[in-house]
Amino acid sequence: MDAFAQQLVNGLTLGSLYALIAVGYTVVYGIIQLINFAHGEIFMIGAFGALSTWIVLFKGQTALWMLPVMIVGAIAASVVTAVIMERAAYRPLRGAPRLAPLITAIGISVFLQEGVRLLYGKVPGFPDAKQKVPFPVIDGITGQSWNPGNIVIQRAAAFTILALVVCAIGLWIFVNRTKTGRAMQAVSQDPDTARLMGINVNRIIVVAFIIGATLAAIAGVAQGLQVTNINFKMGFLAGLKAFTAAVLGGIGNVWGAVLGGLTLGIVESMAVQFVPGTFGGSPWKDVWAFAILILVLVFRPQGLLGAKVVDRA
Amino acid sequence: MPQRSVVAVGASLLVASLALAGCGTRGGDDGGETGGGSSDNKVAKIGVISPLSGDLSALGKGIEHSVDLAIKQANESGAIPGWTLELAAEDDQASPDVGKNAATKLASDPEVVGVVGTLNSSVAQTVQPVLASANITMVSPANTNPALTQGADFATAPERAYPNYFRTCTTDSIQGPFAARYLYEKAGVKEVATVHDKKTYGQGLVDAFTEEYKKLGGTVVATETINPDDDKYDAVVSKIKPKNPGAVYYGGEYPQAGPFSQQMKAAGLNVPLMGGDGIYSGEFIKLAGSTADGDLSTAIGAPTDTLASAKDFVAAYDAAGYSEKYEAYGAYAYDAATAIIEALKVSLKDAESAEAARQGTIDAMSNVAFDGVTGKVAFDEYGDTTSRVLTVYEVDGDAWTAVNTEEFK
Repeated sequence: MDAFAQQLVNGLTLGSLYALIAVGYTVVYGIIQLINFAHGEIFMIGAFGALSTWIVLFKGQTALWMLPVMIVGAIAASVVTAVIMERAAYRPLRGAPRLAPLITAIGISVFLQEGVRLLYGKVPGFPDAKQKVPFPVIDGITGQSWNPGNIVIQRAAAFTILALVVCAIGLWIFVNRTKTGRAMQAVSQDPDTARLMGINVNRIIVVAFIIGATLAAIAGVAQGLQVTNINFKMGFLAGLKAFTAAVLGGIGNVWGAVLGGLTLGIVESMAVQFVPGTFGGSPWKDVWAFAILILVLVFRPQGLLGAKVVDRA
Repeated sequence: MPQRSVVAVGASLLVASLALAGCGTRGGDDGGETGGGSSDNKVAKIGVISPLSGDLSALGKGIEHSVDLAIKQANESGAIPGWTLELAAEDDQASPDVGKNAATKLASDPEVVGVVGTLNSSVAQTVQPVLASANITMVSPANTNPALTQGADFATAPERAYPNYFRTCTTDSIQGPFAARYLYEKAGVKEVATVHDKKTYGQGLVDAFTEEYKKLGGTVVATETINPDDDKYDAVVSKIKPKNPGAVYYGGEYPQAGPFSQQMKAAGLNVPLMGGDGIYSGEFIKLAGSTADGDLSTAIGAPTDTLASAKDFVAAYDAAGYSEKYEAYGAYAYDAATAIIEALKVSLKDAESAEAARQGTIDAMSNVAFDGVTGKVAFDEYGDTTSRVLTVYEVDGDAWTAVNTEEFK
């Protein structure tokens, strides 16, 4: 029972991270039907943004109050990258066949990875990013873990889960209670009619990218705090898993992304613990995660929470 | 429905990009050419195949620079009259595929007579056959998998795998048991968990460790593996923790071992992590953070900076002003390069061209014997080093300190 509860905690932590990133895939897809494969890199850049903020402002310190500043730095780095990416690469391709922006996205992904790998260490005072870079230790987050019963809850894990809860509530309020949020829903349903109603569609698309980048940046900080190191390719696998989570939950649906992320995380953790024999243990966890994806897509092609989308010209 | 098909196309593109990411070649840091010597000298090249970029580049760069140093010194002293030695360094990115390409490139260069490398045993497996077919001497400073010299049945029926392959470091069939004896006899740990990364090196090390540890009377309470691409190991740690091992023996390298140690202790499993020479690096301590105290590693030979024979090497290395440290394998790489140079003294003397001296160099290797930086350097009938000295290191603050140096019997 302890093992089950412990792996549930591990799974929720991992799943929260996937969910935070998956929201970025899903909001952008919901509005312009683009799978932004460079989104994993936005997550990576968020982590590096937090590290850079720490190096520039607080190098050598560990106080808790720096964390919000680092998060702001992370969000700034991610949002700026995402907005430039949208403006320079995706907007010119708005009317192009769908494959063009998709391949562009993969190109941007490689570009951003290699950019960080080659150039980050060239900035005076910054560590070389060609290998794993230690992430700053923050008092209160990396300290002694909590032990209710026999279960270990690391503070950084609690931070990740809390971040998902806060972001999900914030996102719900934004989408349902603000004018911009309603405009987003309208664009998602029918961009042409929305434009006729006086909504600036280009602006809404930028907002979608900003929301995705913000959540990815927070995920980047959470990942850095949990594993205490970051590297230029951390976004690749995380992005792949988050994309899977978004599809699992029903791409285009924000709550689907959250549910998909949590499901994927829990399946991975449970598979390590409870699948016996040759097919069990850590090497097979991804196999089980993707097996679940295939099963869901076979029996519910629109994903767990995905609505049956009306085809649009 | 177009929307569904975009997802389908996207997924397949992603899979394709995954596959491509595996074989992408990252150029970059090419090795500096080593000049010197008069211009009418003939040129012979000593290659280096090691990870010059990526997670293991700290170790790989140390190897490259140390070989560079040995070559420079040989040219300055005019070790081989009529010949100038040059360095030809290739990046293997710690990947068997990239390493094979690097070996093919070096083999096609007629001036290459010897190669120092590789760092990883798994890369050596693909490099060996390429260099063997070109009769190029290969001396590894760091491959510890026993099968590389003694064949797949090294435990029961050892048989020399490749006549051109030598190494200056000892093997996992000694390193693993050495660690087992230290943990069981000196540290008094009777129950361990083992974890490895499924690579040739990690798995070989854990197998050798487990055999000796059980023979001594110890119990292995958990055997787990991790995926080297992962960042988080919570699930594996949670599985080991309830078994209450006295230590965790890790087969693998520092990019995963460092975070594993950190996450293990953050999850409340406060026992030492012990690994092989693959975690003996300053980078391990940086990645493992402040909770790394007490973690252990074994490394081949006696500590480089305490050896009288190594003082000149350390001084010359520092004086040369390389931007990276010599790390765990620098001294072994220097000795490997020196061994090749010693053999070249014999084989190049009357040779027409570097290519014609290749077979002669391999033949001369078995007679090479000299006092190197790491002690006596000589090779047995399999190409293994005759030296069997190992050291246990412990993390103390922000450095590895030697706790026990012994000859393994």
